[in-house]
Amino acid sequence: MAERSFKREVQDLRLGAGDTFTGEGILAITKALLESGVGYVGGYQGAPISHLMDVLADAEDLLGELGVRYEANASEAAAAAMLAASVHYPIRGAVTFKGPVGVNVASDALANLASSGVTGGALVIVGEDYGEGSSIMQERSHAFAMKSQFWLMDPRPNLPSIVRAVKQGFDLSEASNTPVMLMVRIRSCHVTGSFECADNVSPPLSVRDALAEPRRDFARVVLPPMSYAHEHDKVENRWPAAEQFIMDNGLNETFGPEDAPVGIVVQGGMFNGVIRALQRLGLADIEGHSAIPIYVLNVTYPLVQDEFLTFSKDKKALLVVEEGQPEFIEQGLATVLNRARSPVRLHGKDVFPMAGEYTGQVMLESVTQFLRNAAPQLLPGHARAPNAPPPEIPDLSKTVPIRPPGFCTGCPERPIFAAMKLVEGELGKHQISGDIGCHLFASLPPFEIGGSTMGYGLGPASNAAFDGGGKKRAVSFIGDGGFWHNGLSSSFGNMVFNRSDSVAIVVDNYYSAATGGQDVLSSRSNNPSKATGHPISKALEGIGVEWVRQIDHTYDVAKMRDTIREALTTDYDGPKVIVASSECMLNRQRREKPQRAAAIADGRRVEAPRFGVDEDICTGDHACIRLSGCPSLSLKTLDDPLRDDPVASIDQTCVGCGNCGEVADAAVLCPSFYRADIVHNPSRWEARKDRWRRRVIGWLQARRARSHLQFGGGV
Amino acid sequence: MTPHQAVFSPQGADSTQAITKLVVMAVGGQGGGVLTNWIETVARDAGRAVQATSVAGVAQRTGATIYYVEIGPEGVKAPIFSLAPAAGDVDILIAAELMEAGRAIQRGFVTPDRTVLIASEHRALAVSEKMVPGNGIASGEEVLAAASVAARQYYGADMERLAVAQGSVISASLLGALAGSGALPFAREAFETAIRESGKGVDASLAAFGEGFDAVSTPPRAAQPAQPTKALGAITGPKAEQVAWNRLVARVSGLPAPVRDMTSAGLEKVVAFQNTAYGADYMDRIEGIASRDRADQGFALTLEAAKYIANAMAYDDVIRVADRKTRAARLPRIEGEMARKADQILQITEFLHPRAEEIASLLPARLGARVEASPKWMARLDRWFNRGRRLRSDTLGGFLQLYLVAGLRGYRPKTRRHEVERAHLEAWLTQVTRYSEVNYDLAVEVLRCRRLIKGYSDTHARGLSKFDKVMEGIGLVAGRKDAADWARRLREAALQDEGGDALDGALATVRSFV
Repeated sequence: MAERSFKREVQDLRLGAGDTFTGEGILAITKALLESGVGYVGGYQGAPISHLMDVLADAEDLLGELGVRYEANASEAAAAAMLAASVHYPIRGAVTFKGPVGVNVASDALANLASSGVTGGALVIVGEDYGEGSSIMQERSHAFAMKSQFWLMDPRPNLPSIVRAVKQGFDLSEASNTPVMLMVRIRSCHVTGSFECADNVSPPLSVRDALAEPRRDFARVVLPPMSYAHEHDKVENRWPAAEQFIMDNGLNETFGPEDAPVGIVVQGGMFNGVIRALQRLGLADIEGHSAIPIYVLNVTYPLVQDEFLTFSKDKKALLVVEEGQPEFIEQGLATVLNRARSPVRLHGKDVFPMAGEYTGQVMLESVTQFLRNAAPQLLPGHARAPNAPPPEIPDLSKTVPIRPPGFCTGCPERPIFAAMKLVEGELGKHQISGDIGCHLFASLPPFEIGGSTMGYGLGPASNAAFDGGGKKRAVSFIGDGGFWHNGLSSSFGNMVFNRSDSVAIVVDNYYSAATGGQDVLSSRSNNPSKATGHPISKALEGIGVEWVRQIDHTYDVAKMRDTIREALTTDYDGPKVIVASSECMLNRQRREKPQRAAAIADGRRVEAPRFGVDEDICTGDHACIRLSGCPSLSLKTLDDPLRDDPVASIDQTCVGCGNCGEVADAAVLCPSFYRADIVHNPSRWEARKDRWRRRVIGWLQARRARSHLQFGGGV
Repeated sequence: MTPHQAVFSPQGADSTQAITKLVVMAVGGQGGGVLTNWIETVARDAGRAVQATSVAGVAQRTGATIYYVEIGPEGVKAPIFSLAPAAGDVDILIAAELMEAGRAIQRGFVTPDRTVLIASEHRALAVSEKMVPGNGIASGEEVLAAASVAARQYYGADMERLAVAQGSVISASLLGALAGSGALPFAREAFETAIRESGKGVDASLAAFGEGFDAVSTPPRAAQPAQPTKALGAITGPKAEQVAWNRLVARVSGLPAPVRDMTSAGLEKVVAFQNTAYGADYMDRIEGIASRDRADQGFALTLEAAKYIANAMAYDDVIRVADRKTRAARLPRIEGEMARKADQILQITEFLHPRAEEIASLLPARLGARVEASPKWMARLDRWFNRGRRLRSDTLGGFLQLYLVAGLRGYRPKTRRHEVERAHLEAWLTQVTRYSEVNYDLAVEVLRCRRLIKGYSDTHARGLSKFDKVMEGIGLVAGRKDAADWARRLREAALQDEGGDALDGALATVRSFV
């Protein structure tokens, strides 16, 4: 079960012609797929398109009714490979994953797909994880389209444009026998808005029907000599066909006057940013009508030469607004101008920063600078000669702490890394590598464990150079998501085959948790349409890992610590794998909270645990926090002149996971922690026993109070 | 290409002034998305064009998050909205935590010409603030001061507390504050309708909404209630002890005025730790120092002595822990924190982990010293005792174990621990006396170094070793004029990180010039 449910929203996917859809970008994309007669959909989750996978999963009933096959692919590579169905069959298919990392993984299949070419429309919807909120290296998916010759769409960031792009993408794909990648940026995925619906369309040929009449065409296989022919076909037929289609159907757009000394060429996705800058300069009105001509590339690859030359005609200078690097579009347009011996001056990365997001500030400054150079008469007075500098605001850069993401309250991964930190305290620092997923937060304070991440499922593989062992063993971490994505073969198969003397720890939280809690093979949930419950430890044994330790309660820090120590010190010199399993607390709470509330309301006996700190026993050394970092374990400044440092304090968001008590015990920290279990609906006998105990304890306390001075104000 | 022909001629002024630009800055998990949805619903129901965007992804796992809403003016059907806020171009900024307000100011999203800043003044501490061994909490005052300069209008309250008190979450009280601020041209009812439409936890949300609304809309803001002065409850106990106590209290009033409050607090701590005889010992020491102290220095030496000698004398031993955990006042406090209702039962589990060190320290001083010196005996004690113990202190059996240990109080002065603590105290105070004769400020700093000793077991040992290192460093610079400065620097360095890297660095600097 995913973290976010779209059960209510997917009802809107049933809307038809005449209805208006209002909602988020990802839902609009899904609706557009259904209106396009898509035959199969799939993908792999990852921000910013995780929710697209969640929407598809929640819409499975509707997809079934329409005869659309939905597959939760094992990886991006698997998703891209699925598009093979559109090679021979006139069936539209769409897959989604994040870019550029997902595209990296998928690139093998995408390159083969692009070489073979497609019959049915093949659409790859990529959530481009770039700029603020991104969790990955800052690169562009653009390069993949160029190297493999498939087409890249980057529609304007509003719902009607995105919906239109999905439909045009399929048409373009079919018209040019080429897969099309549709790119949506982080904020576009979650942008809200409305569009006019059309009816959903069942695929003219379903994948089920296709199986009844299999087709094959040797010419599509990527083998010599056909592969040579494919390259020529791409350049000589598919590319021109694409350009023709883009022109004939007006996929790119222009805004503003036809005649002006300057113009702007912009990626569709950056359109609103450019307009906002022009609006602030008084060069566009509130609805985006512009005083400066704008050429919007809703298709950013291929560039359409004739169209661009038409736009650039009679202009003195053009500005290319292209986020990220290298500046592929600017380079391409410069080549076009150069070959046409055009006198138009082309600007882009000379006024825009080469690296980094085009924020509102960057956009305003760069557009202003371009106009100041190329057409100062268009600029309002205040932009030509800025007014007095804004008032001085105190500098808070030293005050405001950074707040990177971290483990949630009660996260089952926290005790694993607390244990690892304790072991490193005993045995010294080790070579540790990480993978992709929540566990990577351990590389941040307070744990600071793990210094590298090389890709999904590649944690143990990235320690391969150390497989031969040494004075201390190398350790790697990998999540259950990474394990099934690619880890089983690339990391663990590699360890077994190379007789690795390293240690790998699989952090199994029952879900692909970092991407929003989607199920994976080893999930414990009962998924109605997917096969779950395949233990990781069995898979490991199956490929020949002999030393496997399964831990089913990661919160047992002492056991966790002892097991890691054992793995690091045992005489066994083959691969050692610890599978540390406990359920993601976000998902567990989501599952259990309603059940618990119902049980309490029903009058059943329920124990609700929470931790607390005796503030007069805590000395304010914060050692517990350095082994936790839990959001609910915080500090509190006491109203006591004798105390300098704030003491630990646990707030009401504590879920009673047990880490605090376990760490206090395993690390021999301090006795100030206690667990308080509120027992709801105790039995009458239990309540009576409790009253009796309280009376005896009260008597003992009063007895002691009489023997020493008691200060009323104190505790 | 598809041409869009409408053309516009330059007008020289920002054409989006009529668009309301609203940013929500929150900490992942605070419900910023819910708040954004409500705001969007309010605007849409009012017939406005509206767009919301967010940055999802791993940032939502307790990291800083940002949501952005643009609301078009009446009568404009399809404005072109921006997907991200720009510095200097934000009308309303809602910060769901005080440092996030600071971050907003830092990013230029709060400007004096236009931004209404609505902030929850509570703190959700960042890991970097919590993990330092000393006090790493960022200064909220600096953010509040910046807010008063940066915002056109500022509305602040502890929105977290207001919401939690209503059994709700901060998104509801912040929506109330937004409505109450009047920054959006929509009536209160419109906001409440949006909450009702969302259909989840409606009553609690509406109550929290009301609290947030009132918190900002009832000007002038109610002044912070004065800190309630610590209730001086009656002092109870044996007659003779009460008489002795009164005598000690009388001695406090004989001290110079600036040190009396601190000495009272220290005296109470020491007597509560042991008895009035121990308190008399404390008073002897304080009076001794006071008699040699200097009025022109404001009796700084005595003041620090009153504080740190009390802390040193009331050391954290097993007996004190057991005593604190068995006091009558503890249970009501925990019940309050856990919000126990009368028909519920409260079970309490303590997490104790005695080691050989704790056991040996409880033995009579001479025997304890011999055991501590014998690795064989220590190993044996570890074998017998060293394991985590979970004690249910709400059961009779568990309570009695603690109760009996707490009962060792009378025997405490004979323990090994007491001997060790006493020796440490004497050595430290000897240093203080020695320094006070040549460098008053240095002596004050040396007293303050006692702050380094805290925690239990390994943490305590590490604190002691840091204390020793700092004292050693002080010894190196003691002859210099700026010795006090160096002492302070060394102490602060020792409080910066657990491993003592900053301290080692500072010591290396000291060694480089002595």
